Amino acid sequence: MPGPALTWELADGVAIVTFDLKDSPVNKFSRAVKDEFLATFTALEQDRAVRAIAVFSGKPDNFIAGADIEEFVTIGSAAEAERLAAEGQEMMDRVTRFPKPVAVGIHGACLGGGLEFALACHYRVATDHPKTQLGLPEVQLGILPGASGCQRLPRLIGARAALDIILAGRSERAPKAFRLGMVDELVHPAILQDITIAAARRLADGWRPRRRRPGGVLAWLLDRNPLGRRLVFRTARRQVLERTKGHYPAPLAALEAVEHGLKHGMAEGLKREARLFGQLAVTDVSRKLVQIFFATTQLKKDFGLPNAPPPTAVQRLAIVGAGFMGSGIAGTAIVQAGVDVRMKDADLPRVAKGLAAARALLDDRLRRRRIAKYEYARLAALLSGGDGYAGFGRADLVIEAVFEDLSVKQQVLREVEAAARDDAVFASNTSTIPIARIAEAARRPERVIGMHFFSPVDRMPLLEVIPAARTAPGVVSTAVGFGRRLGKTVIVVKDSPGFWVNRILAPYANEVGHLLAEGASIEEIDAAAVGFGFPVGPVTLLDEVGLDVAEKVSQVMGAAFGERLQATAGVTALVKAGRLGRKSGRGFYRYGGGKKRGVDPAVYELLGVHPNGGPRLAEILQRLVDGMLNEAARAVGDGVVGTPRDGDIGAIFGFGFPPFRGGPLRHADDLGAARLVAELERLAERYGPRFAPCEVLQEQARRGSKFYP
Amino acid sequence: MPGGNGRRVAVVAGCRTPFCRAGTVLKDVRAVDLARLAARELVHRTNLDGAEVDQVIWGQVVPSALVPNVGREVSLLPQFPKEIPAYSLNRACASANQAVTAAHDQIVLGHADVILAGGVESLSDIPILASRRLADILVEASKAKTAVQRVKAFAKMRPRDLIPVSPAIAEPSTGETMGQSAEKMAKENRISREAQDRWALRSHQLAAQGSADGRLTAEIVPVFPSRPGDPIVTEDNGIRRDTSLEQMAKLKPVFDRRYGSVTAANSSPLTDGAAAVLLMNGEAARALGYEPLAYVRSYAIGAVDPGWQLLQAPVFTVPRALERAGVAWKDLGLIEIHEAFAAQVLSNLKGFEERGWEINEDIINVMGGSIAIGHPFGATGGRLVTTLANEMKRRDVQFGLISVCAQGGMASAIVLERR
Repeated sequence: MPGPALTWELADGVAIVTFDLKDSPVNKFSRAVKDEFLATFTALEQDRAVRAIAVFSGKPDNFIAGADIEEFVTIGSAAEAERLAAEGQEMMDRVTRFPKPVAVGIHGACLGGGLEFALACHYRVATDHPKTQLGLPEVQLGILPGASGCQRLPRLIGARAALDIILAGRSERAPKAFRLGMVDELVHPAILQDITIAAARRLADGWRPRRRRPGGVLAWLLDRNPLGRRLVFRTARRQVLERTKGHYPAPLAALEAVEHGLKHGMAEGLKREARLFGQLAVTDVSRKLVQIFFATTQLKKDFGLPNAPPPTAVQRLAIVGAGFMGSGIAGTAIVQAGVDVRMKDADLPRVAKGLAAARALLDDRLRRRRIAKYEYARLAALLSGGDGYAGFGRADLVIEAVFEDLSVKQQVLREVEAAARDDAVFASNTSTIPIARIAEAARRPERVIGMHFFSPVDRMPLLEVIPAARTAPGVVSTAVGFGRRLGKTVIVVKDSPGFWVNRILAPYANEVGHLLAEGASIEEIDAAAVGFGFPVGPVTLLDEVGLDVAEKVSQVMGAAFGERLQATAGVTALVKAGRLGRKSGRGFYRYGGGKKRGVDPAVYELLGVHPNGGPRLAEILQRLVDGMLNEAARAVGDGVVGTPRDGDIGAIFGFGFPPFRGGPLRHADDLGAARLVAELERLAERYGPRFAPCEVLQEQARRGSKFYP
Repeated sequence: MPGGNGRRVAVVAGCRTPFCRAGTVLKDVRAVDLARLAARELVHRTNLDGAEVDQVIWGQVVPSALVPNVGREVSLLPQFPKEIPAYSLNRACASANQAVTAAHDQIVLGHADVILAGGVESLSDIPILASRRLADILVEASKAKTAVQRVKAFAKMRPRDLIPVSPAIAEPSTGETMGQSAEKMAKENRISREAQDRWALRSHQLAAQGSADGRLTAEIVPVFPSRPGDPIVTEDNGIRRDTSLEQMAKLKPVFDRRYGSVTAANSSPLTDGAAAVLLMNGEAARALGYEPLAYVRSYAIGAVDPGWQLLQAPVFTVPRALERAGVAWKDLGLIEIHEAFAAQVLSNLKGFEERGWEINEDIINVMGGSIAIGHPFGATGGRLVTTLANEMKRRDVQFGLISVCAQGGMASAIVLERR
């Protein structure tokens, strides 16, 4: 019975089932879809002409993206979620036990429930297309694969390989999935349907595929005997704890579901899997991760303006400044967007260094076999540079990443305007200087915008786009659109000192100086923040950013906001001593061989402080976090971000604000404004007016309101 | 030389990599990469939209076995759409001239408006051949169906079969090397050792001057190293700024040790390098907003019996080009003569003189020639067109000539006009 999502036709004994969810760009599993699957399978079972089944997606580049998350968030209780998982498991079981063979042809993303379905089928064919990815991303949403994925995957490819995928929520490209044994065949997209149907027919004729699990002796030792498996699970558990620091329950639960199933059999495993799914589904962590998922999905369609004009597709990018940021942007642009990149710096040795640094990103991809040699040659040829503005006349977008100095940037802007087309966009990668000030030097200020990348550019997922007062709307769209092509999550923020990320980081970083002066140790400060869930503590963060950069930023922030965001002299003293952080091998910490080598005790001497106790860990944490939340609230009041969503995403993707806390504004909501105000008042009394609660929080406390409805 | 349809061919711009003695700083750069670098930089320097290019034509004399059609690899640069047809050609040392004149013909015919022409040679990147016997053994082994057959094939191998065969520089038709031919020409045309050394010295001095004042270096694009720490190559490395006649006189003749006069100092060195020239239909150039450096007025190619004076064909080819151009020798404001050997340049000039043409050295090779700058076989013509067109613009010269002798007894002559 053809329904809205599933259709089928008979071709010589094989029912070709096509899944094509109406009014949706991708295929998703929902209750309705599941019911339709069951009904269709019943019909197929009864139809005597049907000897075998071949399932495909009707979407061009998507197989099944997973479960419908909109539906998932409506779940009210653990019991309801457990039931949902059990129903999913029943459907998969129905497929596996189906009396006629079921083959599946996979092209495009095959994720979550989609992969669980494929695993339940009797034969899997996938295309060797880059869009074809198979994975179980559930733990990224704070849940686990609950429709039998925790049972089927380890049984198919072994516990080790399955845990790698399940615990990290990872997706594998088709060739890797094939090597791992997740799919039986890898074919060109043009023959996917033929091969899948032929396999279904062969299965109906009694043919049984022979599967040999790869891995040899090691796989036998670790995957196929209980002792080895215990070692595997112990190692995996330790790695998960190292990575999550206990803040995320989902990977551990998934581990338990897999282990329980392998120990006590499929039926027991499924029960445990469903129960754990139920428990996870209603955790606060999962709620937060799902909110972030929705926020980033929305952001992908949001150009930060009402009625944004369509972006100009940037084909040629020019970059002034071949330093660390410039080369990072260049390399990322080539790797991610495949655009022609022209770099310019004052002299050829600098250009050579920048080109080499940008190409290092390509080298890395080649080494990790993400690109083939011929692709490498093509991509490398996109990259060029010189000591003049040759080639700038072809650029659609010019990004400057020169020294953080207004007059230097204005000079560059004038030179670029002379060399570039009139309709080229000029973007400044400044971290602090107001774009409007830079644009004062422009003949075409409407083409000037800020694009604030974070360092290292290839790894940091956030981009702040900063329109100045006179920036044309189309320029904003173009900058946002290009940022997305670079794989960045983009937020559009107001042209004000520090923009969003550096603004809310300022009190957090400044507090380091105060804490050290009061006798806290560097390790304590970092440990407090890491305990809260930050990837690194503020001291390490300063070292990573570069102390010279941090100093510059803090000077600008101090000048703009006065005493509240005034830094202590600590960082300046270190910079004077030639300690620039990780890049110079010495900052607060020592670095060697690309690794952090521990706190340098000489730092305390340089700063004239002694780590002799100082504030308690909880107090340190409160000062670090509350200061940041206060400034975040104030910046929201100033309109620095358009919505709390943008602010939270900016903090999470910009400097790793703990995702399970949902972002600083979400976290402020969770604490409640009244409590936060009370804490801040206490801190202000004790440590100074920099902690005085901002008007936004006071207002919220008075009215009992929140950032989020 | 406008075609019947009035189409004229403009030289819009050109550039080249540094020309470096083979086996030195560019030895690790493949020929195809040199060619692509020159082409890509020309695109950037001219702010050309790659989609405007209709064809790519590239000269190369000794192609790599791995990249038999270097032109196509140039046209597959990511700066271009993939639909630009391209071919590679070989007219020996006049290959890039041939690329330019072939482009000229296509544009005049109306088959193209914009063509990227050029040439490349890497004598650090030449195919080394296996010996005939080794080749036979390998073929036999690859056809073997059983391991035993394969072992049998390899069993025939002898150590001497492993000695590779390097490509010959001798004329296949006469067995004479290029140097021996130059030596013969020096004798037959009575070109003294001293005259040759003087010409070579002049070449070095003028090239040094052209590099110092930036006229030559303006045409050069830097080659960035593929390994960090290696030097950036920004200039020709064959130019000797401090050489003298005395130093040159010390060198022994190479090809006739007793009575010869051709030495390493008065010959062009084996060289790596690439050059690119952007040619357009004059109308198209204006429509795209380019101001041409010069236009192709005429060209001619010719050949002589290689067993006679191998490098003397220009003496017969240049008059033909001038006649086609309707330009007299005395109207030429600048002349670029390819310098394979000083003996050859002086023989060519003597030949011109014998036609009653007055030789004004002040307008010949005003920034030196191949003896100093170097001679990547396939690329030299691109350098000559670029250098001549740029200098014609600087001096506002109306007519300029390029004369190139080539292996096989051939020659190419091109007349450019400023307006």
